Amino acid sequence: MPGLGASFGRGAATTFQADLAASDCILIMGSNMAEAHPVGFRFPLEARERGGALIHVDPRFTRTSAMANLYVRIRAGSDIAFLGGIINYIIEHDLWFKEYVLHYTNASRVLSEAFVDAEENSGIFPGLDPDRRAYVKEPGSWNYSLLPDAIGAVRSDRSLEHPLCVFQVMRRHYARYTPEKVSRICGCKREDVVRVAELLCRNSGRERTSAIVYALGWTQHTTGVQMIRAAGIIQLLLGNMGRPGGGIMAMRGHCSIQGSTDVPTLYNLLPGYLSHPDAVPENATLEEYIKHGRGFANARNCSASGFWLEEATLGLWSHIGSFIVSLLKAWYGEAATPDNEFGFQWLPKLDGDYSELPTFFQMHRGGVKGLFLIGQNPAAGAPNAHLNRAALRNLDWLVVRDWFEHESANFWYADPTAGDPKTVKTEVFFLPAATNVEKAGSFTNTERLLQWHEKALDPPGDCRSDSWFVYHLGVRLKRLYTGSTQERDAPIQNLTWDYSRLSPEILPDGSQSMIADEPDAEKVLQEMNGRRVGGELLKAAGELQADGSTACGVWIYTGVFPAEGDNRAHSRNPALNGATYPGWGFAWPANRRTLYNRASADPAGRPWSERKKLIWWDEKESKWTGFDVPDFEVGKPPTYRPAQGALGMDAIAGDAPFILHPDGLGWLFAPFGVRDGPLPTHYEPVESVVKNLLYSTQMNPTARDFHADLNLLAKEIDPEFPCVATTYRLTEHYLSGPMSRFNSWLNELQPEMFFEIDPELAEERGIENGGWAVVRSRRGAIEARAMVTSRMKPLVVDGKTIHQVGVPIHWGYAGETVGAMANDLTSLVTDLNVSMHESKAFSVDIRAGRLGRKAPRAIAAAIRPAGLDAPIPETPEYAQPEGRQQRWGLRRD
Amino acid sequence: MANLLRDLLYPFTRPTALASRRPTGFFTDTTLCIGCKACEVACKQWNQLPSDGFNFTADSYDNTAQLSATTWRHVTFIEQFPRDAAAPPSPPDLNLDLTSLMMEAQNGRWLMMSDVCKHCSAAPCQMACPTGAIIHNEFNDVYIQNDICNGCGYCVAACPFGVISRSAFDGHAHKCTLCYDRQRDDLIPACAKACPTESIRFGPLDELRAHAARRLEEVKTRGFKGARLYGDRATDTYSDLGAFFLLLDEPSRYGLPDNPDTPQRHMIADYIRGAAGTLLWIAILAIAVIIHVRS
Repeated sequence: MPGLGASFGRGAATTFQADLAASDCILIMGSNMAEAHPVGFRFPLEARERGGALIHVDPRFTRTSAMANLYVRIRAGSDIAFLGGIINYIIEHDLWFKEYVLHYTNASRVLSEAFVDAEENSGIFPGLDPDRRAYVKEPGSWNYSLLPDAIGAVRSDRSLEHPLCVFQVMRRHYARYTPEKVSRICGCKREDVVRVAELLCRNSGRERTSAIVYALGWTQHTTGVQMIRAAGIIQLLLGNMGRPGGGIMAMRGHCSIQGSTDVPTLYNLLPGYLSHPDAVPENATLEEYIKHGRGFANARNCSASGFWLEEATLGLWSHIGSFIVSLLKAWYGEAATPDNEFGFQWLPKLDGDYSELPTFFQMHRGGVKGLFLIGQNPAAGAPNAHLNRAALRNLDWLVVRDWFEHESANFWYADPTAGDPKTVKTEVFFLPAATNVEKAGSFTNTERLLQWHEKALDPPGDCRSDSWFVYHLGVRLKRLYTGSTQERDAPIQNLTWDYSRLSPEILPDGSQSMIADEPDAEKVLQEMNGRRVGGELLKAAGELQADGSTACGVWIYTGVFPAEGDNRAHSRNPALNGATYPGWGFAWPANRRTLYNRASADPAGRPWSERKKLIWWDEKESKWTGFDVPDFEVGKPPTYRPAQGALGMDAIAGDAPFILHPDGLGWLFAPFGVRDGPLPTHYEPVESVVKNLLYSTQMNPTARDFHADLNLLAKEIDPEFPCVATTYRLTEHYLSGPMSRFNSWLNELQPEMFFEIDPELAEERGIENGGWAVVRSRRGAIEARAMVTSRMKPLVVDGKTIHQVGVPIHWGYAGETVGAMANDLTSLVTDLNVSMHESKAFSVDIRAGRLGRKAPRAIAAAIRPAGLDAPIPETPEYAQPEGRQQRWGLRRD
Repeated sequence: MANLLRDLLYPFTRPTALASRRPTGFFTDTTLCIGCKACEVACKQWNQLPSDGFNFTADSYDNTAQLSATTWRHVTFIEQFPRDAAAPPSPPDLNLDLTSLMMEAQNGRWLMMSDVCKHCSAAPCQMACPTGAIIHNEFNDVYIQNDICNGCGYCVAACPFGVISRSAFDGHAHKCTLCYDRQRDDLIPACAKACPTESIRFGPLDELRAHAARRLEEVKTRGFKGARLYGDRATDTYSDLGAFFLLLDEPSRYGLPDNPDTPQRHMIADYIRGAAGTLLWIAILAIAVIIHVRS
């Protein structure tokens, strides 16, 4: 997310999956799209069928590689080196899209004299505090060279020759990422780096566009954010951003994963990517918060001047006042008034990192009393699962809401690595949850698309939806706090909480739902859309005000419910409009399908080519028009230039497509937005088997690890763990198993946990195909069957032969099939930007044999509703389903 | 009395046959198969078939192993990677022509195919069935009428593709119905519906065959080595198939017979031998009787 946000302005996929079909070349890297998004993969396949190139770069040969024109194997964790090689190639061979880069990116901006690139300093940027492991010193050293004229005025050189202009700094930075060097780091052939670069270059420009697809193969690294930034640089240099068949398709996996950061479930965000206020002077009052906008290099780790005032005054974020006030009005209603800063002080202020991994780390030290676990399974699904289970055992109480009693619900008695259940003090409440067909609501998927889903039937028994649970929890909390005069209870007391329905839902079969108190999800969506206080629903975010006259739960969703009865998330019109499908669901913001689409037209407002037109300036009508909703002020002509000192959206020129940035430009160099460096720099993973061949700084200097006996790390280039392990999913199962390993039809497709290793390694260690093997890391050891396959191959990295070990993530000790869990091997290390772990590259060893430990036990015959074995009443013998005929007394297996 | 007459005569009557419809079938294009197994799951779910048990085969990603009475779609995975082969020398020039790239990519490839009942035009299983349970329905698809099947198993031996087997639950033979129930309601089969890349195509057979011929030419020019159609037309020994394939290698690599044979073709000699043998014994018996009578 911050990788895309820093490069372009919004942390979300810039295009939509169907757009990939219009691509001339697709690079799939850090993603196994055919495996993880089989339905979405029809579009890259369509692109290939239309004559486009499909490239897959991955440590393993997967189901995606099987479909590609070109597959390149690289060492897990070496992605920035590979991408840097492409950037090097593009610059050195002069293959960048000049007109695009000059006008739409910050290539010409000159940096401050205080900036010294990592190139000159062993891979480290200015301002590193090695004790705090953060770039908190020398504030402003990554910034532009500012002119004193006005806020946002920056020195620039359009000839791109100034030694401190972004273009030259970038060229010097990537000078050492030659294809030769890069191939030695990645373990691939030099020719393959060149081939990938050439394919991308030949398929970019006016007439052709290329797309990049990535997923968790890039995000789950301590350098993950920078991998994405590197892709951002490539797509800006080649002029692919904002264009049909171009862009960066961030493939997020869950059906509503985008929604979970939009709305959000992240501790440091408020809905719509407003930042949650910190406990610092710049956020002490509403006025200060609005003035300082979002803090990237924020006060948790940086000095106070890390706030970038330019963003709060120029570009779309200058409206932050209307966003936050409308949010507060939505939450607190009449209790939010100008006199009490609209309830701003009722928002808790953050004084630390409360994201999942550090929180569980605290929990394992006894620092957390209770936990609600809703649709999450950290006992198997979180990195360093041992530590997570130890953490759960420290809780006083735990509430689990899910479909099945998974590893996090039954850890207290079913964990084979733990002791006597009697020693576990945690009181566990299991509240069964409704499935997605048993409740109404919306998903927001990876392409920012909101799709409403209807309720088909009531959930069985006591199962209830998560909305029901949270809503009634809120109702009871409010009841509990009625009459309290304590200030800390005011936030709960003053919440508007009216989501109740007037009458029970009518189900599609005409019957009435038996759950009378299910909250009305449409009311929630309407609140997210926003309305005039006491009035009608809003049509666009532009209608939001900072004076308390509008209320809006999620400003980026405004427009999804523009009028009573008009739920745009529900629309299913599949008609193609030139290049987009505007009638299918609602894509935030404002139903724009391709972000930054101003860049699909040249600086004068004409499409770059007829073949790749998307939006253009209509001179006669004086507005932007085309196949997509313009991601631009509709009436702003291409020739508009801001006056000196212009503020807000007036500061954005008519040829500046990236309107969330104060300068309206795409950022090759990111002065703000990512905390571990303004330019992607190759570092080795925290656990690596080779030295960093590019710099003397081995790993990301801001990567954090958590010191604990349960979280030991391998030494640098540890001979005890000479193999590179990488974790991944299989199509047949989902995550750690709660949604798939209780289903026989999926279990029979992939019934057991297994490792994937190459034949050479197998021969060396005496491991047979299908035989047992043990994989060990510094955290623990697990056993599983081995799949010896030529789809895995050893790599030669800097002259050394490196073997990689594949570890699927789907098994645990709860379910119809059980097995070893991958996360008993992974560690708790995080990057600085998003506290993301590094489960895609770590060090292990493998041997033949078994562990000799107690194995987990599968649940007896899958959970099935009662009565599935008895004969169906009032039905003749010959019409009974298999196995239920009584008369012949047949034996059932 | 009328009732009695009717009850006496009905086994000898024939109902009116259903009006025949345009023959339907499957064309499975393996160049588009991503091995996701949605077809297997969709089929199981629609037909409410039980799982076959949990058996890890270590045979690539194929844990289903074979078609059976309770598995009517089976995705095979064939890994074709040269073991310990020296890497091919790097070409001097930058070869970026997509066809050449694909040809080079085919040097190390992973083939995937969704296997299914072939719904043969002249189906040995149907010919072998003694009860008349197996028929060609109005869509010309091969269909087992379960309430007639007596579980004799002749069809199991007759099928050259190993498609049918008998169920452990009821002892009867079961196989893909080509979603006869869905077709009757103008829906497409569950597997075709679920297939995300349209590797499984359903439709009128003549249209599928025309499309397949075009697709074969296209695929050859794209650099897919070994591309061929299987079952789109009759051979000397076997009829054409209602479910035919575009393969990328010899059929036997996919577990399919290279030259399927119709067992019934060889039965004429058996009948003649049988008849001749009978006549011979009658002759011998007659001679023995005559000798006995004479003496």
